[in-house]
Amino acid sequence: MGGVVVVCLVLLALLAPVIAPWNPNRPDIQKILDGPSNAHPLGTDQLGRDVLSRMLYGARVSLAVGFVSVGIASLIGVVLGSLAGYNGGLVDGAIMRLVDLMLVFPRFFLLLAVLAFLRPSIWTIMAVIGLTGWMGVARLVRAEFLALKEREFVIWSQAVGASGFRIVWRHILPNAMAPVLVAMTLGIPAAILTESGLSFLGLGVQPPHATWGNILNEGKDAIEIGWWLSVYPGLAILLTVLSYNLLGEGIRDALDPRLRQSAARFVSRAR
Amino acid sequence: MLGYALRRLLLALPLLLGITFVSFVVIHLAPGEPAEVQTGDLSIQSDAQARQLLRETYDLDKPLHVQYARWLARLVRLDFGKSFSPDARPVLQKIGERLPVTLFLNIIEMLVIVGLAVPIGVLSATRQYSLFDKVTTVFVFVGFATPDFWLALLLMILFGVQLGWLPISGLRSLNWEYLSFWRQQWDFLGHLVLPILVATFGGLAGFSRYMRQSMLEVVRQDYIQSARAKGLAEPIVIGKHALRNALLPVVTILGLSLPGLIGGSIIVESIFAIPGMGQLMVQAVFERDYPVIMGNLVIVSTLTLVANLVADVTYSFVDPRIRVGARRGRR
Repeated sequence: MGGVVVVCLVLLALLAPVIAPWNPNRPDIQKILDGPSNAHPLGTDQLGRDVLSRMLYGARVSLAVGFVSVGIASLIGVVLGSLAGYNGGLVDGAIMRLVDLMLVFPRFFLLLAVLAFLRPSIWTIMAVIGLTGWMGVARLVRAEFLALKEREFVIWSQAVGASGFRIVWRHILPNAMAPVLVAMTLGIPAAILTESGLSFLGLGVQPPHATWGNILNEGKDAIEIGWWLSVYPGLAILLTVLSYNLLGEGIRDALDPRLRQSAARFVSRAR
Repeated sequence: MLGYALRRLLLALPLLLGITFVSFVVIHLAPGEPAEVQTGDLSIQSDAQARQLLRETYDLDKPLHVQYARWLARLVRLDFGKSFSPDARPVLQKIGERLPVTLFLNIIEMLVIVGLAVPIGVLSATRQYSLFDKVTTVFVFVGFATPDFWLALLLMILFGVQLGWLPISGLRSLNWEYLSFWRQQWDFLGHLVLPILVATFGGLAGFSRYMRQSMLEVVRQDYIQSARAKGLAEPIVIGKHALRNALLPVVTILGLSLPGLIGGSIIVESIFAIPGMGQLMVQAVFERDYPVIMGNLVIVSTLTLVANLVADVTYSFVDPRIRVGARRGRR
């Protein structure tokens, strides 16, 4: 069920230019903060822009940030996790201390500190969320490697003289990907929540680009008149995150029932 | 016991050094050339001036190792420099004013979360697949997916704007000074309701889930069977034998979730205009007040480290197996 909603959302985001009834950035001073109506199903904002259209374009930002930042995080996590798990010893110790270190920082404080020094744009947001979110994947991959490298098929490849890279890439990694896939699916909604939180604070993707978070930020300023500005984008976030979470759980159960507990321990809520 | 605590303390020291190092790296993310900074969209003062201050404050014109050494030397003396904002007060003083507010709120949140999540988790585990269990499961999924700032907005619209029952910003009303002592306390409590509600919502969902999971695992153990077999009443079996063991993993998760809870203060404090560390951080980011940002980052992460340490040691106190296991070389 989660999967159906996720597919619909991706389609909506991709087709935003086609289906959006209005230009998301076109102001209309005669329709400032109009409530939901036939012309504007979800109302208009402080500049008279159509909320539905802005939300459709916002979906693109949310999904793009979700995918790219999780991609970055997974790449770092898989590389470092493999290095730590396969080599063990000093490399393992160093990488795991780095993981411990990154986990000590309250993520939102670290994000804000980094963003304060950089120009906020959609690219910096993606990079920063990715760079602060790889620790869970690294731990997962390392744990898988520790278990897999004792198995016969790995020891056999070592015996016939395969190179370390080949063993990791061709033999261990494919077998370790199941929990990573689950962690990635669950990481996307976490990244979307983080991005919308940053945008809500006004420190994420900058206006006039529409994102769910910064529409909500405008909603906060119009809290006494424009409830629709606050309600609908939040509902969109809730629905998106919920369906990704359900999808993630579904994949987990389908891939391997044993993972039900172990993966849950590594995937914690963002921030 | 003491030995374990000391060992943990020693392991924490490199982490402390690591915190200072990561923070040091963050400072160097700033674009180097003053000339390339033209936009200044967020700052209240000119970027060139800020950059000059930045260079002086962090010795950016010196070689890297000298910079880091000086940065460390200042941190050891708890000298975070002076704020870039017009008042130019010492950063430590600014943070000192706000730290107690954030700590106070986070401790209350923690108590509320544990106080509610434990009974909810136990009830849904002992009545697995009952109506109560199903309702809480739905609550957990919705709770995980609800953005806290959105929940805050909805509650503000409902209780603050529509019903007018609760105040929606700050910790005190404007006329606070003129209220009697008890009215003042009542006023303060009213201001706390919405922020606490918002801050505990997501955590409550997570914890009741962990509690349920942990309880389900414990209830299947042999010693629970024997407790039942020797004729103990069910409330004693659950409340005494099972609960104690089920709580153990939850203590660890409590420690692990601390950074999240503290990080959540940023959103909650800035929405409800509560003068804590989170609000200070957001203001500082908008004003490009680098010394305050760095001070906040170092202090908040050091506090998290200390809290984790306390959680670890507490855990080893309630579960002796950890201490023994540690001696056999953890990881």
